[in-house]
Amino acid sequence: MSRLALKWAFKRPATCRYPAEPRRIIPGSRGQLMFDADSCVFCTVCAKKCPTGALSVSRSPKKWSIDRLLCISCGYCVEACPKKSLELTASHGSPAVTKDREFHEAPAPKPAAR
Amino acid sequence: MARTIIPFGPQHPVLPEPVHLDLVVEDERVVEARPSIGFVHRGLERLAEVKDYVEFVYVAERICGICSFIHGQSYCQAIETLMKVSIPPRAQYLRTIWGELSRLHSHLLWLGLMADAMGFESLFMHSWRVREKVLNIIEATTGGRVIFGACKIGGVRRDLDAETLRTLGGQLDDIEREAREITRVFINDNSVKDRLCGVGVLGRREAYELGCVGPMLRASGVPQDLRLSGYAAYGDLVLEPVTRSEGDSYARCAVRCDEIFQSIDLIRQALSRLPGGDIAVKVAGNPDGEVVVRAEQPRGEVVYYIKANATKHVQRFRVRTPTFANLPAMLKVLQGCDLADVPILVLTIDPCISCTER
Repeated sequence: MSRLALKWAFKRPATCRYPAEPRRIIPGSRGQLMFDADSCVFCTVCAKKCPTGALSVSRSPKKWSIDRLLCISCGYCVEACPKKSLELTASHGSPAVTKDREFHEAPAPKPAAR
Repeated sequence: MARTIIPFGPQHPVLPEPVHLDLVVEDERVVEARPSIGFVHRGLERLAEVKDYVEFVYVAERICGICSFIHGQSYCQAIETLMKVSIPPRAQYLRTIWGELSRLHSHLLWLGLMADAMGFESLFMHSWRVREKVLNIIEATTGGRVIFGACKIGGVRRDLDAETLRTLGGQLDDIEREAREITRVFINDNSVKDRLCGVGVLGRREAYELGCVGPMLRASGVPQDLRLSGYAAYGDLVLEPVTRSEGDSYARCAVRCDEIFQSIDLIRQALSRLPGGDIAVKVAGNPDGEVVVRAEQPRGEVVYYIKANATKHVQRFRVRTPTFANLPAMLKVLQGCDLADVPILVLTIDPCISCTER
């Protein structure tokens, strides 16, 4: 044990000074769910696949919402999305602090060309 | 000497999870231990009757926070057996690799907890430092640190790319070198030996008759390991169960130390033979019938029973976890021990109470 203790006595600590020093993001980690409203067709597949019921989608009006406190970052919605509008970032992002749902609406349609 | 009852738990520094023991003591000697469990019952078996059988993989993984992957794997194996689905060989190998990584981090966690119970704080820190490296591999390959979420019915959800396969060997060498430094202390250090040798001796016959499983049974000299049955890719790998004959706390610690290197060896074998091809097959329909599946978790043998009736919900789901099988042996070794040895003896079965109570 003394050999092990002596070896580590002259090394930098294995831990980091979190949160002053941010944690190293590991590529491939299932972090926060990101939504792209521009490509979404509001088909509701993601909401049907969500095992915790964190997602809800309405076709009319076109709205997509998430309860961040319920989301377990499993990635089932990402795999199911036909338009690749959902993505899991490697970073966990900032934690949810309120029970409010996060809403996203479809972008306003562009005026028709004359 | 009059008998006194000392309550031990459910909140105790040595216990990561709540279990209560009423210790009947005469002076400093424990005469009897009366357990009571049920503090973290979550009703997960009942939940199987409500959740879709595909979604339930997530719940099965959450039965235990440490052997989570093997719970998910066992559940998937059970459903795949019912639905007569054979999964691709690459998925079998990937399940084996992640199962062994899970065993690796569980044993390193236990070594840390054991060092902490002995009051050996620096050894505890070093064990968890090495465990962190295993968790980083798990996070990079599956996306989760403790809840892997990589298993699904019909295969696995993630593949290992060429870059990961290339670097994984070096990372395993690193973990093996550092684990050797730590386990050398557990095996050779006099203070560890003084604390563990001859404490809680369980003979071979007693261990077998009390229905022990896993390292608890193997430390008493019974070479029983469910991986020898050849589920997942274990049938293709060379595996010799780690056994000791002493049956005391030191033997249980030594078995887990040796199993760390066995797991690293199994991962290397699986990586060298990893076949190409798909990682999952499409599964359609609903399961029907009854099945029993057994698998080897870090703590021992787990038994899954599923009864389904061709609907999307499972009719009955039952899990016999390794800690439940080891509880009678724990009560046996507690009889006649010193009061000061109780934390060590409770910890040597590697208790996982959340598993036991589900």
